[in-house]
Amino acid sequence: MTAAPRLRSEAEGLAAPLPPLLAEAEHLASTVLLGEHGRRRSGLGDEFWQYRPATSSDEARAIDWRRSARSDSHFVREKEWQAAQSVQLWVDGAASMRFASRPDLPSKAARARLLGLALAVLLIRGGERVGLFGEAARPARGEPQLLRIAEVLTGEGDGADYGAPEARGMLPHSRAAFLSDFLGNTAAVEAQLLKAADRGVRGALLMVLDPQEEEFPFDGRTIFESMGGTLRHETLKAGDLRARYLERLAARKARLEELARMTGWQASVHRTGGPALPALLWLYRALERRR
Amino acid sequence: MWTIGPLGFTTPMLLLGLVLLPILWLILRAVPPAPVRRRFPGVALLLGLSDAEHQADRTPWWLLLLRVAAVAAAIIGFAGPVLNPEPERSGRGPLLVLVDATWADARDWPRRMAGLEDLIEEAGRAGRPVAVAALTDLPPGGPQFQSADAWIRRLPALAPAPWEPDAAALAAWAEGLTGPVETYWMSDGLARESRAALLERLEALGPVTVFESPRPVLALRPARFEDGEIRLTALRAEPGAATEAEVGAFGLDPLGVERQLATATFRFEAGAAEAETALSLPPELRNRVTRFALTGQRSAGAVSLADDSLKRREVALISGTPARERLRLLSPTHYLEQALAPTADIIEGGLDEVLLANPDVIVLADVARLAPAEAEAVQAWVEEGGLLVRFAGPRLAASDVSRDAEDPLMPVRLRAGGRSVGGAMSWGEPKTLRPFAEGSPFYGLPVPEEVTVSAQVMAQPDPTLAERAIATLADGTPLVTRKSLGEGQVVLFHVTANAEWSSLPLSGLFVQMLERLAVSTRPETPAAADLAGTTWRAEEVLDGFGTVRDAGTLPGIPGERLAEGRPGPGLPPGLYAGEDRRLALNVIGAQTALAPAVWPATVAVEGLALAEERDLKPLLLALALGLLALDVIAALALGGRLRGPRAGLAAAVALALVLPLPQGAAAQAAGGGSAPAEAPSDPARDAAAIAATTAVVLAHVKTGDPQLDRMAEAGLFGLSRRLFQRTAVEPAAPVAVDLETDELSFFPFLYWPITPDQPTPSPEAYAKLNRYLRSGGLILFDTRDANLGGFGTSTPNGRKLQQLAAPLDIPPLEPVPPDHVLTRTFYLLQDFPGRHASRDVWVEAAPPDAEQVEGMPFRNLNDNVTPVVIGGNDWAAAWALDENGNPLYPVGRGFAGERQREVAVRFGINLIMHVLTGNYKSDQVHVPALLDRLGQ
Repeated sequence: MTAAPRLRSEAEGLAAPLPPLLAEAEHLASTVLLGEHGRRRSGLGDEFWQYRPATSSDEARAIDWRRSARSDSHFVREKEWQAAQSVQLWVDGAASMRFASRPDLPSKAARARLLGLALAVLLIRGGERVGLFGEAARPARGEPQLLRIAEVLTGEGDGADYGAPEARGMLPHSRAAFLSDFLGNTAAVEAQLLKAADRGVRGALLMVLDPQEEEFPFDGRTIFESMGGTLRHETLKAGDLRARYLERLAARKARLEELARMTGWQASVHRTGGPALPALLWLYRALERRR
Repeated sequence: MWTIGPLGFTTPMLLLGLVLLPILWLILRAVPPAPVRRRFPGVALLLGLSDAEHQADRTPWWLLLLRVAAVAAAIIGFAGPVLNPEPERSGRGPLLVLVDATWADARDWPRRMAGLEDLIEEAGRAGRPVAVAALTDLPPGGPQFQSADAWIRRLPALAPAPWEPDAAALAAWAEGLTGPVETYWMSDGLARESRAALLERLEALGPVTVFESPRPVLALRPARFEDGEIRLTALRAEPGAATEAEVGAFGLDPLGVERQLATATFRFEAGAAEAETALSLPPELRNRVTRFALTGQRSAGAVSLADDSLKRREVALISGTPARERLRLLSPTHYLEQALAPTADIIEGGLDEVLLANPDVIVLADVARLAPAEAEAVQAWVEEGGLLVRFAGPRLAASDVSRDAEDPLMPVRLRAGGRSVGGAMSWGEPKTLRPFAEGSPFYGLPVPEEVTVSAQVMAQPDPTLAERAIATLADGTPLVTRKSLGEGQVVLFHVTANAEWSSLPLSGLFVQMLERLAVSTRPETPAAADLAGTTWRAEEVLDGFGTVRDAGTLPGIPGERLAEGRPGPGLPPGLYAGEDRRLALNVIGAQTALAPAVWPATVAVEGLALAEERDLKPLLLALALGLLALDVIAALALGGRLRGPRAGLAAAVALALVLPLPQGAAAQAAGGGSAPAEAPSDPARDAAAIAATTAVVLAHVKTGDPQLDRMAEAGLFGLSRRLFQRTAVEPAAPVAVDLETDELSFFPFLYWPITPDQPTPSPEAYAKLNRYLRSGGLILFDTRDANLGGFGTSTPNGRKLQQLAAPLDIPPLEPVPPDHVLTRTFYLLQDFPGRHASRDVWVEAAPPDAEQVEGMPFRNLNDNVTPVVIGGNDWAAAWALDENGNPLYPVGRGFAGERQREVAVRFGINLIMHVLTGNYKSDQVHVPALLDRLGQ
């Protein structure tokens, strides 16, 4: 008799963070007016693509009689090919993402999770197969997949100070999105991007930054520590470092841009101080856009 | 105590701590500020960056200076710095402390006593015997030297006396002093003759130190009555810069509670020792004043008691012949007026009005018969203590007043006709006066030769005649008779009050007789001779602090002593009552002048030094704390920890630390300076006034019923919108008006819905409403009950309307006549429905002489806007619209109802047009005639 209540309470505890995140993500996603992204070629689908003259190989029931009645030849109505695309997300869960400079700002991790899940909501509504890299949530379609994604996203992040994408199980010719602050070593990102390019995977890099990271508003004698405490740097005049820090940050952004250009990806920066919706729209368009 | 210049230190050894400051400087300089630990993901980008300069880790010089200054301030503060330290007294032998203890000491008596206590304690610590002597209360048998403890216990018994030391007694006492003795003299700072001898004696006995308080001495001379004003003079001992002093007149209010009746301000010019001011009070108020006191001055010299000399009797003059345009000298009351005007307040008017003023005296000049009601009222007034003075004259002689039986308001019976002597048709010379008999109130007045009587009314010989006659002619016939009636008395002069029958009114004797009869007031201060032989009883006395106390059972004072006018131990200043009047004895006489005491150069004078001893320790410690607090903020700022909301708070704290002085001064100025009486303009009120006057604004009266107020507002909103749509009138949003607080004159039109339970406006609000009605405003009263049961007779709203409108200045009303201008100001109307369609709508009645002229469609009616329109048709409900322009309340049924609503709206438009254009449409009637005249 005791097993059921315990199971239930555990289940509720487990599910507790999910609905808010999911609800928030759904809310965010609902503000985007969705369009099916067709394949721009004839195939199986619901949307009209073109009429073409009927050939002998066509079945009689494939002939569009309404169109054919207006001319002498027979026409076949072709639908646009709507194929489901696989989209894989990587949301950085490292310690550095748990930073929020002000209590009223969300942490970078929270914002990244929100964006990732909202993107998943949009894509799943669009009929795509969405998943996360790794084994936890392989791309699938349907609402239950959302719950699975949300569960993985709200799970414990890894203990590392800076995250690196681990694009295991990257499906060829799929799409991918990396959401991270990309403040750690860029080598892993580079490697993954090159691997992705090799497999024909296109995608988007979204750099999520806190306003303080972009402004560096510090002064005086300061010891800076990374979130995990593994890195530290002491300065006597933090104000003097500002220009050089900003320079390095710009260089990091430029490097990401360059990588993206090389591999056919797209890159952008999102600040947690701003609203989430523009970033979501950008992500969505970036995943949809074709070369 | 160790002193440098004006600075002294109680524990100078602590100053050695200042040596540490340079060391502190070096230590602080070497230690950089503690680092801040920050979690910051961007640290990955920082790795490898090195600081450009290594000097920055040192504490900046200004922060060092701040800290060193804070520590220095603390060290100096704990060393006990004192600015202008008082030299320590060193002396041996007995110490004699003299206290003037006059009224001038009372102003800072507690401080003096505290100083005295310190002095005695100090002497006690030195083991010196002490004697304290108050010069106004000299200890008999010379000063008593006792231990300091004994004197400290006796100190509370010392009190300032409201008089000055007696010079003779002081000189005798000084003779009895034996030395050697050191003297400390607490002087009140006023120059006095008696000082010199005493000082000489004391200097012979030992060193003398004088203490004087720098506080100014102010005093008030007795008030004088001149030219209808009370003139007051204030004195100050030391003519200095221009200052002001306030004086208050105190007395009993009609409820018998003492309160301040009036105030005036003295302005001392720079260098002037006297200042004068005048107080103009109505007689009723003036007669209530019992004393004047300088506010903020706690001494007997700053209080001046007022006695009878300020009181002026109110005399009502009534003459039988109404004053027409005739020769002044023949007026029955001319001489009375001349005699009384300088010393009494004259009331004129009818008897019934005069009695309401309750005068002290009523003079009837040749008034024969009074109406029964008047006679009764006058008799009642006399019986309560009034003095009725009657003068004879032709009318009285011709009447049969007091002929057969004695009139209560006549002292004697009169014989018919009177008599005239010394005329052309009579024998004998005009009669002169016999010297006044003892017992007569006029006893002692010299009888001038030239006073003659040529005609008089004659008294019937009666047993009581002899005792009632208080002045007789040479032949023994009564000239003035008097009888008591209740508490008061009736006096009859058997001659006229003018010079027709006698030359008495021309003589000075007339004035004196009136004075003796207490008709007029006596001149101010009685001479010593007048007071000789009289005994005066103290009613109220002043103590040294100027507090008025009940005299209790003080012994009687002989008049001679009182006439000297110098208060002394047996004669405290106060109010003394004699037989028929009261005299005030004040500390400051009319001639008193104040001068500062002058001491010879050999005498050390303390307390006058401008630089007061001041302990700087708290100031320096506060400075040290403030600097440390600033240091905290500066250190935080330097360490980069002052960000976000904390920065603003810190800036405020720093500002408060840096600017404590100016702020304190500003606060003092705000608190200390008495704000001018001028009311500051209220910006919200101004904004409302501007909004109400930039456009036509319809207003409704707040009834206190929220639903009704909303309905009225919606109604006026609807009317405003229709006006906007249909006419050139473009009203702004309607306004709810509170009759008590809001200005009405901005609104041409007030809608006043009536509820049975709305509050009745205050009298001030009614005054405002009446002003509004007289100046062209229009109030639409709406009982909203369709006048069920007839106009205002039985509905609760109607009764309330009657009650509300009773104090209003409303002209006669009539139902709207068919040719009233309201019927055609914009629309042609004959009905004025609202939500109800009752006929009865009332407006100002047409003038009675308005008649319809042949050929004219309308009468030429009022030239004004009718001030009120009264009805019960619930117009606002019919006008009411919501924001979208939809009617809020149903009117009637179907199309007929809509038609009724439309007519109601038209009535509203007509009404506003009537308010705004007046009788313009009435004048249109004349247009054909004018055009005709122009030949068009």
